[in-house]
Amino acid sequence: MSFPWAKHYEPKSGFMKYVDSRLPIPRLVYNSLGAGYPVPKNLNYFYNFGVLAGVALVIQIITGIVLAMHYAANAKIAFDSVEHIMRDVNGGWMMRYMHATGASFFFIAVYIHIFRGLYYGSYKPPREVLWLLGLVIFLLMMATAFMGYVLVWGQMSFWGATVITGLFSALPLVGETIQTWLLGGFAPDNATLNRFFSLHYLLPFVTLGVVILHVWALHIPGSNNPTGIDVKSEADTVPFHPYYTAKDFFGLGVYLTIFAAVVFFWPNALGEVDNYIPANPLSTPAHIVPEWYFWPFYAILRAFTVDFLFIPAKLWGVIAMFAAILLLFFLPWLDTSPVRSNNYRPMAKIAFWVFFADIILLAICGGKPAEEPWVRLSQLASVYYFAHFLIILPILSRIERPLPLPNSISEAVLKRQTNVGAPASQQLPGAGIAEMPATGRAQPAE
Amino acid sequence: MVKLIAAAIGAIFCAALLWGAVQPRDAVVPDLVKKYYQHAEPAGFSFDNPIVGKFDRAQLQRGFQVYKEVCSGCHSLNRVAFRTLTDIGFSAAEVKAIAKQYDIPSLDAAGEPTTRKGLPSDNFYGPYANDDAARAANNNALPPDLSLIGKSREGGANYVHALLIGYKETPPKDWTTPDGLYFNVHFHSLNIAMPPPLNPDQVTYVDGTKATVDQMAKDVAAFLMWTAEPKLEERRRTGVGAVIFLIILTGLAYLSYARVWQSVKAKKTQV
Repeated sequence: MSFPWAKHYEPKSGFMKYVDSRLPIPRLVYNSLGAGYPVPKNLNYFYNFGVLAGVALVIQIITGIVLAMHYAANAKIAFDSVEHIMRDVNGGWMMRYMHATGASFFFIAVYIHIFRGLYYGSYKPPREVLWLLGLVIFLLMMATAFMGYVLVWGQMSFWGATVITGLFSALPLVGETIQTWLLGGFAPDNATLNRFFSLHYLLPFVTLGVVILHVWALHIPGSNNPTGIDVKSEADTVPFHPYYTAKDFFGLGVYLTIFAAVVFFWPNALGEVDNYIPANPLSTPAHIVPEWYFWPFYAILRAFTVDFLFIPAKLWGVIAMFAAILLLFFLPWLDTSPVRSNNYRPMAKIAFWVFFADIILLAICGGKPAEEPWVRLSQLASVYYFAHFLIILPILSRIERPLPLPNSISEAVLKRQTNVGAPASQQLPGAGIAEMPATGRAQPAE
Repeated sequence: MVKLIAAAIGAIFCAALLWGAVQPRDAVVPDLVKKYYQHAEPAGFSFDNPIVGKFDRAQLQRGFQVYKEVCSGCHSLNRVAFRTLTDIGFSAAEVKAIAKQYDIPSLDAAGEPTTRKGLPSDNFYGPYANDDAARAANNNALPPDLSLIGKSREGGANYVHALLIGYKETPPKDWTTPDGLYFNVHFHSLNIAMPPPLNPDQVTYVDGTKATVDQMAKDVAAFLMWTAEPKLEERRRTGVGAVIFLIILTGLAYLSYARVWQSVKAKKTQV
């Protein structure tokens, strides 16, 4: 689907005509990334991160395939083969540092992408399926990242695998059996490493498939935008090419510059030193932590310290950690306010920023050892995490009075420009419109 | 309905958490390890700067001498190949001579275990045949392989330097160091099995540098940073080129972005 004013593809050369009439790939590209795809013209830089996450996935797949040519998934030599890549393979150090740092950058891009969606209400109708597919991608990349970290077979790999698979043993009756089944033994060993390698190679391609569905689902209603209101006319949009190809290319340049700086100058800043010690089942590290991108969820896992309602604390932690992610799947039906963008929701906006601070606090707690004051802080922060999604947002969507919405994206853009104070000479024709009282009301959900 | 179920689930989670939060905590036992443990101070290395820092070849060679004459009595370095020593300034002939000093396990023509002289293509070998032999010789403590020590401890080379000079003759009164262990404020448990390894003038540097304990500790720490990250200089050099290229590319991308959007931005203010 597209807007009625979308340009139609017309093959220019005889060759393109020939291709287009037999396999319309040129048409597909034109309609999805080219001039045939109208996009709201007011997207800000936060809207770059979808493309950046896609690029991050491609970087991971390419570097990962090269690494797999030299890596040996065997518990006896896995760690040695990683060091072989670092020391003896030409450019191997670059591939490995790009892959390890790339995982962190993939998560940075995806987390910004998710928070952007939360702030501007991109999960609301008609984009629920788009949101759900995004969450599937998020789950897949968490699984992939975890298994990839184990492949190094350092101390933190081994003990991280022990702790995470140990979570399943908290399930009543079947827990131990499931853990043994997942590991292929009673503790992480060669069977575990081999299956993790197999799945670590498979899941990125599954992710890529879901990304295609995600982009497809995006192209049905088109992008949301910072005002959250629907596109009304051609004046609200610009063609994706050249406008957003140019903007995405610039954003990509900034992203790659920062990425390269970390890869080449601080390659180990985001990792744990313990993982440069080969795995040793007989020696437990003093402080087992997952990678930074799991810290908020790790904090929730550890926040449950007492048995409650006859359910053991450990099981509470496991249920809550999974629930913390799964509840996001229900978000479109929990936050039913018809106004999408938090720019026009004064109370939800406050709740959003409290939630943002809350996640940062949870992340800090998750990276610390389980001692006071971090345990109590993580308990309070977890309370807000659940309350925000399950209690506060549903209530807010009922009682909040949103600010008046602009009539159209064009009007909102004009208003912002006059407020910022463009040079007076340029303001003349637009000034009158900006001063008109805003008559827009909250938009009913479609 | 969805909202009611959600609110109920949310309330249960919050109640479980708050119940945990109001529980009294066990009295905190003062942790002596935390009290006396000290983080490594920056020792000031030539490669400290993450962008332009380089190894000091002369220092690496001195550090290699310290490793060879002191550390290698107990510690292996078995991820490092002799051939890579040319990277720290040894000539091919010198590398050949160094390798030759090592006996590498081998098989003779009859298939019987024997040893042969090391070649530049071999890795460092020994001092022990395996971990059990190492433990047997060291009061059941295992001297770790040093190839990656520069990256596997918080603080890196600064840690190695600090640990080597961090021994204290007498531990504080409320701390006991068992016989056979040594008190060291930079070791994670404060009691380390390694005796103070360095004494003044323990090695005689070829280049005439005075072999103080601090100097030897710093030199060997630098050498062990090189063994942990032999591609450090190549990495930073590549990085400078990559980042300069990307900054120029991003600048051009910005200009083209501004150019493309010029008409839209102008229209916005004029409509």
